[in-house]
Amino acid sequence: MIVGERKPLGDILDMIKDYKKVLVVGCKGCVTVCNVGGEKEVGILASSIRISRKKDGNEITVDERTLERQCDPEYVDQLKDIVSDYDAMVSIACGVGPQFLAERYPDAAVYPGINTQFMGGALEHGVWAERCQGCGACLVHNFGGHCPIARCSKSLLHGPCGGSSGGKCEISKDVDCVWHLIVEKLAKQGKMDSLRKLVPTKNWSTSRDGGPRKVVREDLKL
Amino acid sequence: MRLSYPTNVKVIQVPCTGRVDIIHLLKAIEEGADGVYVAGCLEGECHYLAGNLKAKKRVKYVKKVLEEIGMEPDRVEMFNMSSSEGPRFAAVAREMTEKIKALGPSPVRSNS
Amino acid sequence: MKAGSNLEKVLTAGIFAITGECGPPRGANAEVVREKAKFLKGNVDSVNVTDNQTAVVRMSSLGASLILIQEGVEPNLQMTARDRNRIAVQSDILGAYALGIRNMLCLSGDHQKFGDHPEAKNVFDLDSMQLIQTVKKMRDEGTLINGHKLDGAPKMFIGCAANPFADPFEFRVYRLANKIDAGADFVQTQCIYNLERFRKWVDQANDMGLLENVFLMGGVTPMKSVGMAKYMKNSVPGMDVPDEIIKRLQGVPKGDQAKEGIKIAVETIHQLREMKGIAGVHLMAIEWEERVPEIVEMAGMLPRPVL
Ligand code: SF4
Ligand code: SF4
Repeated sequence: MIVGERKPLGDILDMIKDYKKVLVVGCKGCVTVCNVGGEKEVGILASSIRISRKKDGNEITVDERTLERQCDPEYVDQLKDIVSDYDAMVSIACGVGPQFLAERYPDAAVYPGINTQFMGGALEHGVWAERCQGCGACLVHNFGGHCPIARCSKSLLHGPCGGSSGGKCEISKDVDCVWHLIVEKLAKQGKMDSLRKLVPTKNWSTSRDGGPRKVVREDLKL
Repeated sequence: MRLSYPTNVKVIQVPCTGRVDIIHLLKAIEEGADGVYVAGCLEGECHYLAGNLKAKKRVKYVKKVLEEIGMEPDRVEMFNMSSSEGPRFAAVAREMTEKIKALGPSPVRSNS
Repeated sequence: MKAGSNLEKVLTAGIFAITGECGPPRGANAEVVREKAKFLKGNVDSVNVTDNQTAVVRMSSLGASLILIQEGVEPNLQMTARDRNRIAVQSDILGAYALGIRNMLCLSGDHQKFGDHPEAKNVFDLDSMQLIQTVKKMRDEGTLINGHKLDGAPKMFIGCAANPFADPFEFRVYRLANKIDAGADFVQTQCIYNLERFRKWVDQANDMGLLENVFLMGGVTPMKSVGMAKYMKNSVPGMDVPDEIIKRLQGVPKGDQAKEGIKIAVETIHQLREMKGIAGVHLMAIEWEERVPEIVEMAGMLPRPVL
């Protein structure tokens, strides 16, 4: 899923300081699963905003809506009759949400309420970690099922570097050295030989480096 | 045993403090409560295992929210007591009341 | 001869070689480099010039290398993959060669997290292994990564780093083997304080026949003080400083710690000389270049050959 973190409330309050009527828009996709942008969080953010503005004697109307998804026009469309009722919208979907809202409603003021972080998964309740960088040419099968692009701090295709220590990455004792995991896994599987092969330079053109990407599926187009 | 506790404390009963969510605490503040606290069972004695521990973390979260918007985090608190401890319940109610009185009325109420 | 650098000549002649190190200044003051060059000239066979080491911005490795050439000292240009993509990498190699540089040390580079610009975007288009391959391809095939034929191939003597003290230990010798396959002509290791672990690694390399195809130079850094030893032990990832070293430094009066540190370094050089498969030492006297002449002298490595 796409994992995000709530923006500091001060930042959000600052963005909407001039408005009197705001719609907080959540999303039932990834951000609901990672507890940052679902219906519940919409309620919490809306209430926090109201408390803050009441406290300052500058009341605001904050309404709440949570869409099925903000990354599909058909759901974004569902706001069409109410958008003009508001001075601004705060989207707490991933970064796609505020963009889709702004594209669909060109006259609306749209603000992002979360900081989108990465594609990853839950390690345990309340802990998420990065797993993929969307390089456009997946090669995890060559590395024991671990992604060195997203998980090695230097995206090394030949690791571990000289900073790998006790299974941890040189940047922090809180970060696993993925290359340590790769070596361990392949050693256990008796496949160390595969790490004696040199990996060609990566073609980054399939990644973000090649410019903004688009996927077209002719079979699905209407 | 009848114990007197400050009448300004409005008690809302829940089966377990694990049912108390962040939004409930925020709503109380939003509606103008000067303070709100959760009275849960002693740690390690939750009938549903970890309800009171969850409540504790949620209280902590709300404290952070208050801090971020410039309100006193002490307006939200968590207390633990055993269900048989009537006197402690009353004492906590008095303690919290004192604390909130010292902080003064909630700016949410006084400014709106 | 692949490049014909002095370092290559010394190593190929079978003479126990010694390289020094020069960290460029945090500023544009060329005098700092010239000053360091004085202590290195004639005392070592070639001098590594670090490339924004520990991700702290300094005068470029290329710039400082050229100053060394002006001072009559042969540089060994360090290049990391951290700050440049393959376009810049290849372009810099061509420029460096055109300006007289004949040795290169290919590194991945320390992550910028602990440098002086942790907000920087990192590049790592290539890694050290691919950097070695790139230089080799340019030198031996006279082409760029994309196969484009070069008008003038950069004939570099190609070096790489190895850290036998990083984890997982069992894999370290394979990584060395990969670097040799990639095209490394010489290898300089991380600073050696744990000789026992180093010996184990060298034994493995010898068993695999690796050291017949590459010149391995052991890294030596003299300790200035107990404080430095403790810092290296606790705060530098992939550094192995055994307690005995710290105890030994603690065992002498504060004023004598530097002397003791140098003594340890000299002893290490002697030990390395005795080891099968070791072709030389890489002396990294960090911000202590003025002590290089005496260390090399004490190690019995003077005068340096003129080939
Ligand atoms: S190799 Fe590429 S696509 Fe596969 S997990 Fe890593 S970044 Fe994602
Ligand atoms: S320590 Fe491991 S994860 Fe960190 S940069 Fe080095 S190889 Fe990558």
